Amino acid sequence: MLQVCVATDAVMGLIMGTFSMQGKQDNYRKDRVCDDLELSVVCHRPEALDLLEAQSNFNRKELQVLYRGFKNECPSGVVNEETFKQIYSQFFPHGDASTYAHYLFNAFDSSQSGSIKFEDFVTALSILLRGTTTEKLQWTFNLYDINKDGYINKEEMTDIVKAIYDMMGRFTYPALKTDTTKQHVDAFFQKMDKNRDGVVTLDEFILSCQEDENIMRSLQLFENVI
Amino acid sequence: MAAGVATWLPFARAAAVGWLPLAKKNMPKPPVDKKSRNDEILFVNVSGLRFQTWKNTLDRYPDTLLGSSEKEFFYNEDTQEYFFDRDPEMFRHILNFYRTGKLHYPRQECIQAFDEELAFYGIVPDIIGDCCMEEYRDRKKENQERLAEDTEAEMATDTPLPPESTSRERLWRAFENPHTSTMALVFYYVTGFFIAVSVIANVVETVPCRPLKGSKKDLPCGEKYTLAFFCMDTACVLIFTFEYLMRLFAAPSRCKFMRSVMSVIDVVAIMPYYIGLVMPENEDVSGAFVTLRVFRVFRIFKFSRHSQGLRILGYTLKSCASELGFLLFSLTMAIIIFATVMFYAEKGTKGTNFTSIPASFWYTIVTMTTLGYGDMVPNTIAGKIFGSICSLSGVLVIALPVPVIVSNFSRIYHQNQRADKMRAQQKVRQARIRMAKKGTTNAFLQYKEEGGFQFRDNDSALCLKNRSSFEHQHHHLLHCLEKTTNHEFTDELTFSEMCMTESVGYRTSRSTSISSQQGLSTSCCPRRAKRRAIRLANSTVSVSRGSVQELDTLQVHKTSVGHQSRSSLNARTEDLKLNCEDRDFTAAIISIPTPPANTPDESLPPSPAIPGILRNSRCSFTHETVKISSL
Repeated sequence: MLQVCVATDAVMGLIMGTFSMQGKQDNYRKDRVCDDLELSVVCHRPEALDLLEAQSNFNRKELQVLYRGFKNECPSGVVNEETFKQIYSQFFPHGDASTYAHYLFNAFDSSQSGSIKFEDFVTALSILLRGTTTEKLQWTFNLYDINKDGYINKEEMTDIVKAIYDMMGRFTYPALKTDTTKQHVDAFFQKMDKNRDGVVTLDEFILSCQEDENIMRSLQLFENVI
Repeated sequence: MAAGVATWLPFARAAAVGWLPLAKKNMPKPPVDKKSRNDEILFVNVSGLRFQTWKNTLDRYPDTLLGSSEKEFFYNEDTQEYFFDRDPEMFRHILNFYRTGKLHYPRQECIQAFDEELAFYGIVPDIIGDCCMEEYRDRKKENQERLAEDTEAEMATDTPLPPESTSRERLWRAFENPHTSTMALVFYYVTGFFIAVSVIANVVETVPCRPLKGSKKDLPCGEKYTLAFFCMDTACVLIFTFEYLMRLFAAPSRCKFMRSVMSVIDVVAIMPYYIGLVMPENEDVSGAFVTLRVFRVFRIFKFSRHSQGLRILGYTLKSCASELGFLLFSLTMAIIIFATVMFYAEKGTKGTNFTSIPASFWYTIVTMTTLGYGDMVPNTIAGKIFGSICSLSGVLVIALPVPVIVSNFSRIYHQNQRADKMRAQQKVRQARIRMAKKGTTNAFLQYKEEGGFQFRDNDSALCLKNRSSFEHQHHHLLHCLEKTTNHEFTDELTFSEMCMTESVGYRTSRSTSISSQQGLSTSCCPRRAKRRAIRLANSTVSVSRGSVQELDTLQVHKTSVGHQSRSSLNARTEDLKLNCEDRDFTAAIISIPTPPANTPDESLPPSPAIPGILRNSRCSFTHETVKISSL
C-alpha cells in the first residue's frame, strides 16, 4: 500500500516537473522571438539635409520645420499605414476616411515598402506644393491608378470616387443617392477619356486637365499651404 | 483634435490636390495666413529656471495660457523673455506636455499643488495620459475624501446649533453626538448599560442552575427564575422601545431613518418580545416563538452605536463586498467540484459516509478550511488523493482574497485614526487662527488709539510703533471705510457696554473665521444732549457657505449725525444707538440684492466690493427709510 502511494506521488511529481520544464522551453523560445522583434524596430534616418534640399523644392528652413514636426509625431522615422489612416481620419470626423487614406498611402509610398519615410513625405509635398502643373497632374494620376499599371479604368475610378464620398459621411445635403458615385465617374470619363476606349492614360489625363481652366486655376491655390 | 495632428494638416491639405480633377465645383480660396511661418525660439523664465522652446511647440495648444496671447501679459521687455513666478519643477511637466502631447503626473508632488498649476496654465486635467491617470485619480479622490471628512467633522460636531432649532433638531443632535449635552451622555450610557444587561441575561438564562427542590434534573436558569428574567427583559425592551421612538420622532427624514441599518437592528431586537406578548401560550406556535427569541441576540449589534471599532468592521465588510463575494463564489465552485469527485471516488466503498453529493459537501468544506473533524474520511486511494488535493487547494482559495480584505480594513482603520487625530488638531488650530485674526482687527483699533490718523508730519510718526507700509495702507483703507459709512470700528467689549436693553431683530449667523454673534440691538440711551441718527447696520455674512444675507433695515428718523460706532467689517458685532425720544422704527428683513432707494442727496458712493460691507446712507430727514444694501 505504501509503495503504491509513493509510486503515485513520484509519478505526480514527474508530471508536474515536465509541465514546468515545458513552460521554461516556451519561455526561451519566446525570448528569442522578442529579440528578433527588438531588432526590427529601428530608427530610420533621412538623407542629409543638403541632399534633400537639392532634391526637393523646399529651402533649408522649411525642411527643418517639416522634419521637426514629422520626427515629433513619428520618433521612429517611419509612418506605417495604420498610423497614417488614423492621422488622416482625424481630419474627417464625419465619415470614414480609411479607404481614401489607403490609396493616399500607396501614392505617397513610392517605393511600395509599406511605410512612409521622411524622404517620401518631402518628395510628395514638394511635388504637390512646389511642383509644376504637369508634375502635380502626374502625381494625381498615380493616385488614381490603384494598380499602377499606367491606365485608369472605370473600376479604379469608382473605387476612388466611392472612397472620397465615404469621407463625406452619411449626413450630407443633398442626401447621397445610390447612383451618385456612378454618375460622377461617368462624368469624369466623359471628360477625360478622349478616345473612348474605356481607360484613361496619363497623356489623355494631362491633356484633358490642361484644357480645363478651373482645374488649372485650382492647382495654384494650394501653393501656400506650407 | 490632438495637437500633434496639426503637424499633418499641411500635408493633408496638400493631398487635396488629388481631388481637383474630380471636383464638380470650383475650389474655395484658401485662408491667408499673415503670420510669418518662421519658427523662433522662445525663452520662458520660471522663477529663475530658464526654459527654451520653439514657438510652434507652444502654439500646438492654443486654448492654454502658453499657447494663446495670454502669455503676452507675462512678457518682460527688458530681458526679452516670458517670466512666470511659479514653481519651476512643475513647469517642467507642463512644458513636456506641449512637447510630447502627453501630460504626466509627477508622483512625488502634492495633488493640490499640481491642480493649481494646471489651472494657472489653463490645462484641463482630463488630458493626463493613461499611464498616470489612475494614480492621479486615486490621489485626487483620496484628497477629496479627506477634505470632505474634515468639513463634515467641522460642521457636524463642533458648531453649536442656532437657538431657533426646534426641539426635534436638538434631540437628533443629542442622539447623534452624545457629547454635546449631559442629558444625552447620560442617556447614551444608560442605553449601553441596558444593552449589556440584556445580552448577559440572554446568555445566563440558558446556563443550567441548580434544580428546584425535589427535582433531579438541571434546569436552565431561565426556567428557574422566570419572573426575574421576564422583568429584566421587559425593562430592557421598554428602554429600547422608548429610544427607538425618540429617534424616530427626532429624525429629520423618517423614511431614510427607517431604512437605515441601525434602525432595522433596533426593530429586530425588540420585535420578538412584542410578538411573544401577543402570541398565545400555544404548544404549536411556541416552537416558532423559540426561534424568534434567537433574534434577541441582535441586541448585541446595538453596541455599534457605542463602539467605533465595530462600525469600522461593518464598514470594511461592506466595502469589501466584492472581494467577499468572489471568495464565496470561488469557494462554492471548489466545493461542488470536490464534493462530486469525492462522491464518485468513494461510491464503491461499503458503508461509506459519502452517501450523496450534498452529503460530501460537508466533508469538502471541513477539509478546505483545514478543520478536519474526522467524522467523514475517504477510504479508497483515489478518495485520499483527491482529498489531499482538496485540502491544499482550500488553503489557496481562502488565502487569496484575504489580503485584500485586510488591506481595506487597515486603510479604513487608519483613515479613522487620522480623522480623530485631525479633529483634535483642528480645535487647537482654529483657536490659534482665531487669536491671530483678533490680533489683526485689534491692530486697527490700536492704531487709532495711538493717534495714527492725526499725524501729518514725520515727527508724530515716531510715536507710532514700527509698522510696515502694508499695515499703513490697510489701516488707511479701514479709515476710509469709516469715513464712508460715518461709523467707526469698535471692539466687542465697548459694544456690549453700549448695548442696553432693547434689542430689535436679533439674528445670529455663522461667520467665516470668527464665530461671533451678530447682534443688532437698539439701545435706548437717554442722551438728551444730541439727537443721534439711528442707524442700523447689521449684516450677517457667511461668505463661504453661501447663505443668504439678511439685512435689517430700520426706519430712521431725523437725526443729527453724531458719533456713531458701528462695525461691519469681519462680521463683528455692531452697536447701535437710538434716540429714546424718537423711537419709531420698524425692522424689516430684506435679502440681497436690494437696491438702495430713497437715498438722500448726501448718499455716499458705494464702497468697493468687500463682501458684506454695508453701505449706509446718511440721512438727516425724518422717517427716512434706510435701506441697506450689501455689495
